Amino acid sequence: MPAPIRLRELIRTIRTARTQAEEREMIQKECAAIRSSFREEDNTYRCRNVAKLLYMHMLGYPAHFGQLECLKLIASQKFTDKRIGYLGAMLLLDERQDVHLLMTNCIKNDLNHSTQYVQGLALCTLGCMGSSEMCRDLAGEVEKLLKTSNSYLRKKAALCAVHVIRKVPELMEMFLPATKNLLSEKNHGVLHTSVVLLTEMCERSPDMLSHFRKLVPQLVRILKNLIMSGYSPEHDVSGISDPFLQVRILRLLRILGKGDDDSSEAMNDILAQVATNTETSKNVGNAILYETVLTIMDIKSESGLRVLAINILGRFLLNNDKNIRYVALTSLLKTVQTDHNAVQRHRSTIVDCLKDLDVSIKRRAMELSFALVNGNNIRGMMKELLYFLDSCDPDFKADCASGIFLAAEKYAPSKRWHIDTIMRVLTTAGSYVRDDSVPNLIQLITNSVEMHAYTVQRLYKALLDDISQQPLVQVASWCIGEYGDLLVSGQCEEEEPIQVSEDEVLDVLEGLLVSNLSTPVTRGYSLTAIMKLSTRFSSLNRIKKVVSIYGSSIDVELQQRAVEYNALFKKYDHMRPALLERMPIMEKTATNGPSETVQTNGETDSTILDTKHLPSISQPASQANDLLDLLGGNDVVPIIQTTVPTKPASAGGELLDLLGDLSLTGGPTPTPASSVPMSQPPFLLDGLTSQPLFNDIAAVIPPMTAYNKNGLIIEFTFERSNPNPNIAVITIHATNSTEADMTEFVFQAAVPKTFQLQLLSPSSNVVPAFNQGSVTQVIRVLNPQKQQLRMRIKLTYTHKGSPVQDLAEVNNFPPQSWQ
Amino acid sequence: MRFMLLFSRQGKLRLQKWYTATAERDKKKMVRELMQVVLARKPKMCSFLEWRDLKIVYKRYASLYFCCAVEEQDNELITLEVIHRFVELLDKYFGSVCELDIIFNFEKAYFILDEFLMGGEIQDTSKKSVLKAIEQADLLQEVSLNLKHKMA
Repeated sequence: MPAPIRLRELIRTIRTARTQAEEREMIQKECAAIRSSFREEDNTYRCRNVAKLLYMHMLGYPAHFGQLECLKLIASQKFTDKRIGYLGAMLLLDERQDVHLLMTNCIKNDLNHSTQYVQGLALCTLGCMGSSEMCRDLAGEVEKLLKTSNSYLRKKAALCAVHVIRKVPELMEMFLPATKNLLSEKNHGVLHTSVVLLTEMCERSPDMLSHFRKLVPQLVRILKNLIMSGYSPEHDVSGISDPFLQVRILRLLRILGKGDDDSSEAMNDILAQVATNTETSKNVGNAILYETVLTIMDIKSESGLRVLAINILGRFLLNNDKNIRYVALTSLLKTVQTDHNAVQRHRSTIVDCLKDLDVSIKRRAMELSFALVNGNNIRGMMKELLYFLDSCDPDFKADCASGIFLAAEKYAPSKRWHIDTIMRVLTTAGSYVRDDSVPNLIQLITNSVEMHAYTVQRLYKALLDDISQQPLVQVASWCIGEYGDLLVSGQCEEEEPIQVSEDEVLDVLEGLLVSNLSTPVTRGYSLTAIMKLSTRFSSLNRIKKVVSIYGSSIDVELQQRAVEYNALFKKYDHMRPALLERMPIMEKTATNGPSETVQTNGETDSTILDTKHLPSISQPASQANDLLDLLGGNDVVPIIQTTVPTKPASAGGELLDLLGDLSLTGGPTPTPASSVPMSQPPFLLDGLTSQPLFNDIAAVIPPMTAYNKNGLIIEFTFERSNPNPNIAVITIHATNSTEADMTEFVFQAAVPKTFQLQLLSPSSNVVPAFNQGSVTQVIRVLNPQKQQLRMRIKLTYTHKGSPVQDLAEVNNFPPQSWQ
Repeated sequence: MRFMLLFSRQGKLRLQKWYTATAERDKKKMVRELMQVVLARKPKMCSFLEWRDLKIVYKRYASLYFCCAVEEQDNELITLEVIHRFVELLDKYFGSVCELDIIFNFEKAYFILDEFLMGGEIQDTSKKSVLKAIEQADLLQEVSLNLKHKMA
């Protein structure tokens, strides 16, 4: 069998391949040859073959069949073999495979070899890819070598120990004695690796950290010698003596000085010295300065030193070298929280970095700019940031827009400025704005009452220009729906009011419905907006026509809305004005949208608005705890405590159920039937489909008086649900015969475990005196087992200035209500 | 340091040293992705970038990219110096090193790297010391054997 070809020969051959296929062919041929050579247990050429295999492995071809051969090479006595064998082990062997453990014994032997270069190979391999098992087995050997006087081996043993500790932290203790006089070495290699070892130990163990604090003076001395000593050719880099060692010592000092006054004090001088004396013309000097700054900022340094550090960073920002600028921005970002004022001084330089060509620098400058925005500089900063938003890459736009919104929210000098800023963001980066910004903005706009006219006008004008940016379009259509009346009446104070007719507005909204650019969500917004305008505009016919057209839309969402709005026009017209009323001021629950989701249909707007409107709505379980003590049951009674609803007192039609417990003062988007509040058990809502629930079902069940005390009378009237006979719908009527109103009236009810209860919103929470009116509320009770209905009720109200609370049991339900 | 890669402008890997245990499949994927990211960088851009959760420090020397992945707390500027030191070592060893030297003598490049760094950290800050050790090891390779099987 001819000798296998030499490595270089193979490399040359493979490089002549013109195509990937040709290369693959050559490789396969050679692999076959190598494989047969391995099978023949050829000692002579094993080294050469494995080397070739390693080359092919680097090209991306599988080489696992060479693993065992590497082990054989390691076991060989020839240095050549060992060198390639260990290299192969590091490249091919994986600690996941058990085969690597076979190496352990060889390494152990080689760690005790007579030749230091063999020992070195073993240490290197163990220190690069040693698994936890190997480390456990060989830690003792490493520890021994750590104490040797041979500096070549000592430095390698130190780094090997670092790896052992990383893999098996429990072994750290073992190396402690050997560290005793590591720092008294003269050899820079040993010094450097010792510092690395000490750093590793201090980072992992607070005990070690306290133990090694006493080394601070020694470290300071070594650093001082490095700086003060003259030119040392062996360790010089661009005029600086052993920068690698300096940086490592500075890093260890940082760890030792953190949180410790004495240590920090001991290093103050040397840090100041390094900071002022280091040559800054080359990268090397700046690397040391960078590490120094990091150390100063982390330890308990005196303020003068901290200012010095920040100024260094400030100078870095002006450096031509972009790497230095990058590093400065990163560091400033870390320190901006703690040394805010000092960083503020460099604000203009930071803002200039927004215009840098480098993406990483721009991003950091942007983050830092946001961190520096405050009430004083908001106007100037915002100008720069908006300009940046205009011109930056698309990847940045989302983050930048969010940042701008946050900053504007916190520091807006005036409402008009705030709205203008939002408008600017929406028009320049409208498609990159995050989805949750839309509801946030809507809330903001709603709460800026005096700016409504101005806002809707500006949004309308923006729509005329461009309808492609969905978040902008969504906010705009919502506003037009809400404040369309202000728009056509030309009431704007802030700027010249525009003349626009109802038809023009409807044209725009209808345009959104048909446009290809509009997403389904946007279409939903605009349909609802059109509907809302039915109470604000006079062109009712047009609106009715649009709504009815979409009743047969392919888009299920739109279809459902249109059908319901149609129903609103037809059967429930008396409710329309109340339902579509102006939205009240919303409470802010969280900055970033809702924490609870109620709707399942992805209607972000209604979800969020409703949640903010009615914080209690979606968590009936938690609200039940009041009633739980009453009956000890697990009844679900949502308690709606919101603004006075103007919902009619009659038993709810399906539309009411859909709006259910939502905003009752003109919710912008009634939810489709399918997405009734998730928290309700589904079967309670079986009856609530698109068909009206109580369709002329004569109520044959006699009413009853449930409560009569202190002038408060509560009557129950009953209806049985048509589709689902297990549901009884009770309407309570509360009247007050006393001479004073009962205010803050809240009715709560609980039923035994076998029942399920749903309480809808009351018509009001004031029961007027002298029976002048009543409060009504609908209760739905599910009674699948047809058991006798029992109920416990709790009443709370304020009468003549004092709070009243009462509990009562209601047992006299007419049989027809539950049988 | 987590790993170091050397690759050409055409995306050919010339050297890969991993200091953390990673599956072969993952290594290949990471190398491929990272090469793409680095090769897409324009000449004027800075030498640092964030990739996945790592900091990447890279520098181009002639036709070769030297690319290191470092930890969060590592000093990027000194990493540039580490890369430079390695290049200097190669240069001294091969005499005006070029990419071809590293292609045809990749195992020697590895030997030099393994004498300079261990577990991602510098073993010796003296150029002379590292080169001397390599020299001695090379001698050892040549001498002591009865059957000399040089690979070149």
